[in-house]
Amino acid sequence: MSLDSRHLLPPSTREHPPGWWAMVCLIITEGALFAYFLFSYFYLASMAPQWPPNHLPELKLAGPNTVILIASSFVMWWAERGIKAGQQMRLRIGLLITALMGIVFLVIQSREYAGLKFTASSHAYGSLFITITAFHFAHVVVGVLMMLTTQVRAWLGHFTERHHLAVTNTALYWHFVDIVWIFVFASLYLSPRIWGHT
Amino acid sequence: MATTAPYAAPTAETAERLDEIWHTPHTLYGRLATVDHKIIGIRYLVTSFVFLVLGGLEAAVMRAQLAQPNLHLLSAEAYNQIFTMHGTTMIIWYAAPILSGFSNYLWPLLFGSRDMALPRINALSYWLFLFSGIFLYSSVLVGQMPDRGWFAYAPMTELQYSPALNMDFYALGILFITISTTVGSINFLVTMLKMRAPGMSINRMPIMAWSTATISLMALFALPSLSAACIFLFFDRRLAMHFFDSAQGGSPLLWQHLFWIFGHPWVYIVVLPAMGMASMMIPTFCRRPLAGYGYVVMSTIMTGLIGFGVWVHHMFATGLPPMALSFFSAASLTIVIPSAVTVFAWIATLWDSKPVMRTPMLFLLGFVLLFVIGGVSGVMTAALPFDWQLTDTYFVVAHIHYVLIGINLFPVIAAVYYWFPKMTGRMMDERLGRWNFWVMFIGFNLGFFPMHISGMLGMPRRIYTYSGGLGWDAVNLVTSIGAYVFAVGVLLFFINVIRSRRSGAIAGDNPWDASTLEWSVSSPPPEYNFLVIPTVRSRDPLWEDRLGLPERSSVREGPTLTEGRETLATTPLDAELARVLHMPEDTLIPLSLALATLVLFYGLLLRAWWLAGLAVLGLYVVINIWLWPKAHEPLSEEG
Repeated sequence: MSLDSRHLLPPSTREHPPGWWAMVCLIITEGALFAYFLFSYFYLASMAPQWPPNHLPELKLAGPNTVILIASSFVMWWAERGIKAGQQMRLRIGLLITALMGIVFLVIQSREYAGLKFTASSHAYGSLFITITAFHFAHVVVGVLMMLTTQVRAWLGHFTERHHLAVTNTALYWHFVDIVWIFVFASLYLSPRIWGHT
Repeated sequence: MATTAPYAAPTAETAERLDEIWHTPHTLYGRLATVDHKIIGIRYLVTSFVFLVLGGLEAAVMRAQLAQPNLHLLSAEAYNQIFTMHGTTMIIWYAAPILSGFSNYLWPLLFGSRDMALPRINALSYWLFLFSGIFLYSSVLVGQMPDRGWFAYAPMTELQYSPALNMDFYALGILFITISTTVGSINFLVTMLKMRAPGMSINRMPIMAWSTATISLMALFALPSLSAACIFLFFDRRLAMHFFDSAQGGSPLLWQHLFWIFGHPWVYIVVLPAMGMASMMIPTFCRRPLAGYGYVVMSTIMTGLIGFGVWVHHMFATGLPPMALSFFSAASLTIVIPSAVTVFAWIATLWDSKPVMRTPMLFLLGFVLLFVIGGVSGVMTAALPFDWQLTDTYFVVAHIHYVLIGINLFPVIAAVYYWFPKMTGRMMDERLGRWNFWVMFIGFNLGFFPMHISGMLGMPRRIYTYSGGLGWDAVNLVTSIGAYVFAVGVLLFFINVIRSRRSGAIAGDNPWDASTLEWSVSSPPPEYNFLVIPTVRSRDPLWEDRLGLPERSSVREGPTLTEGRETLATTPLDAELARVLHMPEDTLIPLSLALATLVLFYGLLLRAWWLAGLAVLGLYVVINIWLWPKAHEPLSEEG
């Protein structure tokens, strides 16, 4: 068997590897989970005599926080473009800034929790609000941890223009976490301002 | 194209080299660390059958209790636990995993690949399945088995009505197994997209691949609904939240919506792959390709889609607005159409052929008949007025058993008879097989058909005993006798499996003279599956001569890939060569992850938050070890 068959194969770099597809599938099912959470929110909202039960959630912290999270997606995109062009430093710096923005989001979100006038066991609204945002919070934590590992690997020079699936997958996941937040924010913070009833 | 490339003919040396590369040692380490899809597939099958037996024993106890009026073998509480465990076990720990077992074993062989796309995920999904079952059944040890029915309606499941651990085992156990099913489904989808042999474009995929891929995609959308429901339930119970608590703005109906958004697609998840297997076996015994391949594929996908639009038909009696009910009633009647298309495709395949009446074919014909009966009682209950009359009676119990045993267990047993020779190299006993079929078939109909009648006579489901003189006595006695006859039939099946494994006739590569790729390799297949990666040019690669097809697939010549654990990846639609994939070695990582998950769930169950936190930390460490590139491996194409 001297013939190495791989040389016979036309190299195709455009084709996504299995790991990429696996991440896409994971995002689909995670996205569905959040969709069911939000379905539950609107379902109970539609039956409540008063929604939210006390007063509207404030935008003072959540508004800027949303901007930070969405902006971090663009930094992540910039970093990924960097490695596609073979620019190691751009990748490292971009990943670092994205992770820091993620951490800032978590800190601000924690302050938001500290200032809430209800708890998860006050009423169904509280259960939904806390559960949905806490699950999102956990997803941001996972995203930051992924970036930590990817960051270390970036400094070790594991990635090249063609070999950087871990970066691509981290970026995919991060964009997903950000897009979910847009839906969560729109549902929990904005929709009661439009359809809320007292 | 690659077929014109000058591949050297494989030699004995090639086989030896591949054996060396793909061999899993028969040591303790090898057994725990293996990522071989064939071993994992067989483990899935054996474990699912263990759950079938457990669920069956629970059913046997119930039928003893109900054989006559006023029996008190079981207390009401014990009966609640037994029927809940029966339903939960059969529907979630048997019916879906058994089909995953077949798909795990068969897919790479059907596709001409050396393994699944994600072998470690494959091992992980098995370990999670096993441990979730152990977790559920550990409730027996403390005498606190789930006891509120397999669909666990709120508010009966809330802490104030169920203060012990029973429903915690339920909520967490189900959450646990959804992780297994989810990662398994992802693996099937990626394998379907990437791992088909060159030339196996999607219009040449075996039907079974279509059905398992459809249900895998369905699972990605359906399971999160169940997960959300179980998360809410656990939070309600143990973190004092109020999702299902109507006093605090929650709603018990939220549980029902979430449960059935999952539940009805799940019915198709546990029957479509079985129908897919039938669509592969029936042509073999009819000696002709499946009639209407395209129609069967389309109706499989349509069933998957419409399956998401019918969940409210489980809630017709909950007082929802009439407009909603009419919509869901109509959708439920619509879903009959794709199923009927598939049945007609089978009939068309049978029509005018001379079917070879071996045991698998007997089970398949039995299955088609039971499918029609179960389908008709389904149409009946899809009609609103009829459902209002019969919901929560034994009529519904009869329907679900005709569907699940008829469309899941019968084709599953046919599939074991059919693929057993491939898995073990030996045929199953034909004479015992016929006994097996007739005892099961007669026992089944004797046991479950009368349930339609007891339902119409008004017998509610789930009562633990009943008084005499209601006209239910005779019909229940017949049901119990039938159930035991049926159990004897299942026992004959297990006897046949165990005996044939040791002393069955030697099978050879292709005992049924079938048309798909798994029959082109030895029985049992070598660890590397294919000596050369085949090139596929038609739907029936092994029947091209007989059918006089102009195309010629190549199963004896092609790339051998002897540089390491390697196989080919192809493009999702046309299956053109994309790249050589480096496949992972055996590893303990999947087992470690599953063990850490088990610890996590016990931590949650016992509310030992420190233990759960420790388990999460363990998961984090192991995942990082997994994803870290190995020092001795070159950076792979993907990494």
